[in-house]
Amino acid sequence: MFLRRGRGRLDATRETLAGWLFVAPVVLILGLFLLLPILMALWVSLTDWNGQGSPFQSGVPYVGTRNYTRLFTEDGLVREDFMTSVRNNIYYVAIVVPAQTVLALGLAVIVNSRMLKGRTFFRAAFFFPSVTSSVAISVVFLFMFANSGVVSQLLAVFGIDGPQWFSDSRGTLHLLLGGLGLVDPDNPPAALTGGGPFGLSWWEWLSGPSVAMWTIIMLVVWTTSGTFMLMFLAALQDIPVTLEEAAMLDGAGRRQRFRHVTLPLLRPTMFLVLTLGLISTWQVFDQIYVMSQGDPAKTTLTPAYLSYRMAFKNFDYGPGTAISFVLFAIIVVLTVVQRLIMRRRV
Amino acid sequence: MKSYLTLLALAPIVACAACGSGFNDQQAQPSQQTSGPASLQILIGSSGQAETDAVKQAAAAWAKSSGNSATVTPAQDIGQQLGQAFAGGTPPDVFYVDASRFADYASVGALEPYGDKISNPADFYESLRTTFTFDGKFYCAPKDFSTLALVVNQDLWSKAGLSESDVPTTWDQLTAVSKKLKDSGVTPLAIGDTRDRIGAFMVEAGGWITTPDGKQATADSPQNAQALDYVRTLLKDKLAQYPKQLDAGWGGEAFGKAKAAMTVEGNWIKGALQADFPDVKYAVYEMPAGPKGKGTLSFTNCWGIAAKSKYKEQAISFVEAMTTVDQQMAFAKAFGVMPSRQSAKDAYAQEFPKDAAFLNGAAYAQGPVNAPKMDSVLADFDTGLQKLTTISSKSLLERVQKNTQSAIGG
Repeated sequence: MFLRRGRGRLDATRETLAGWLFVAPVVLILGLFLLLPILMALWVSLTDWNGQGSPFQSGVPYVGTRNYTRLFTEDGLVREDFMTSVRNNIYYVAIVVPAQTVLALGLAVIVNSRMLKGRTFFRAAFFFPSVTSSVAISVVFLFMFANSGVVSQLLAVFGIDGPQWFSDSRGTLHLLLGGLGLVDPDNPPAALTGGGPFGLSWWEWLSGPSVAMWTIIMLVVWTTSGTFMLMFLAALQDIPVTLEEAAMLDGAGRRQRFRHVTLPLLRPTMFLVLTLGLISTWQVFDQIYVMSQGDPAKTTLTPAYLSYRMAFKNFDYGPGTAISFVLFAIIVVLTVVQRLIMRRRV
Repeated sequence: MKSYLTLLALAPIVACAACGSGFNDQQAQPSQQTSGPASLQILIGSSGQAETDAVKQAAAAWAKSSGNSATVTPAQDIGQQLGQAFAGGTPPDVFYVDASRFADYASVGALEPYGDKISNPADFYESLRTTFTFDGKFYCAPKDFSTLALVVNQDLWSKAGLSESDVPTTWDQLTAVSKKLKDSGVTPLAIGDTRDRIGAFMVEAGGWITTPDGKQATADSPQNAQALDYVRTLLKDKLAQYPKQLDAGWGGEAFGKAKAAMTVEGNWIKGALQADFPDVKYAVYEMPAGPKGKGTLSFTNCWGIAAKSKYKEQAISFVEAMTTVDQQMAFAKAFGVMPSRQSAKDAYAQEFPKDAAFLNGAAYAQGPVNAPKMDSVLADFDTGLQKLTTISSKSLLERVQKNTQSAIGG
């Protein structure tokens, strides 16, 4: 009895050991290429490293959380740039994520319908932008939205004098408020310009995405909706036809079936799409780097691009990495919040 | 079970204590001169194939005569590549340093201050030496330079009934001819919406962003305000437009497309016009003088030598060879840059008589801001300049002043 139990424990230990041995390569690789760089970057964000030699040598000044306080509490250009970039990105996320999700779902429903002829063609066509290089598409958009480009000429056909897309830094919410006659954008009310959180006035927070930012928003919605369409399509094809038929027998109309049968069954996919959308929109970089570099008037500056610019242009590696960790925190918090909301709404 | 996990998770960190010290070994070893034939790594931010070829050829000639070897690599994005190389501890031995980035590199100790070891350093233009001086030390030999000048489209000029004698030499004259050009139905002036163009007017008014030694902020001055007010008037009256408003990426493009009769650009515009708009007939004149006399901006690169280079002596000998009058003239012929040595001035003026305006600018040119950590401050200034027509000069300059002070002081 004793002997057998002993051997059993030995076997279990051996099994555990063998198990760890088998996963060791993966754990090592993940640790070396994922965990370790993150920890190293965390260290850099706590220092004033200037990019010369290793950040782990003795001479590198340790500044504690100063790089983080500079982003939030100290009045200065660093905070102002960072908050401007956060503002831009909030508007960007708030428009891109719902727009691309709705568009992707709509496209998926269309190409899933059995009535549509040439479904394969449309699926490929809608998916195509997703597999094309983002840099190449950005350059194409640069041409399309140039002042004498296709878009402006098309608008001109309808007698609309289009904006100078990439040099127009006016906030569209400002324009909207101005258009409704609520405020005068050239002379905003003192109540709004007086003060506001984090060094930006309320007026600046309420600018809305600039005209230039809209071009990037359109570009991203167009390219990513194809990817998400594919996910929705896969989920739609998983929905058993019997359920729909049962709903039909119960007398549910087309809209009711979509609202009460299809949508609830798409919930996990919806969560996936929203999460992926949220993450990628907060991290937007390629399009900014290629198309605008933060111009005009910093209205397309995003935290990801600002982080790059600070670190590699200014040699302010500390604040640069600090921004990326703040960005990480923002994404995690938003994803958790989103998860809670989606779980509650049954 | 859990302790295994922690152990394994920690393993790479422990293992990498070694890679950290690997860095440190290189750090600890002071960059000693290595004797014997050197193999120099040279990183250049080339303007194009012509420049790459010319530098490669010159480097090969030096390598052959000195018994060393030299590898010239053109960079895709030299700022980023150098940043990474410095962080990695293995920078190239010799590389281009842009004047606007110089102070950042010098302040972090990445550059070897070898300027005075080059023969006859006083021969370099005074303004260029100031540009590459940090904390009183002349760091690196200027490679070549460019200045801004007023470029005039001769066809549009005569179409507006103007002649050679109408070329503006003062701000008032500039306004006057601009009005005539506007009446003839063309945008008079295309000017880039950055400090690198509008700054010329600040210099002409007697102002600048910092003191010459780059230690103090002087942005908030009546001179600067006067300059910005003048440019604002031009913009408001549509006597001047930013290139983007003219659907062009930069002043030269707007000018080449004949969307503007004049532009303020540097000598790089020659090559650009020749390549893209060969039919445009143009002439180059010195910038019109402001209230405090003539003024322009200079742009330049220097031959930086890495403080960590193992072959400093050979690197200095290489730079010496690259900055002789003959070699600079060879570069000038190959890719159209102006020699940084004053003793090459006459030869250049003879070879390129049309460039007199650019060349004369050297006497009164202001180099880029030579203080570290100024990139985001100046980018912020540019943002303000883009909105110049809607904001007051005073508030813009106060902002630049505040930001400059915190960048230089902090």
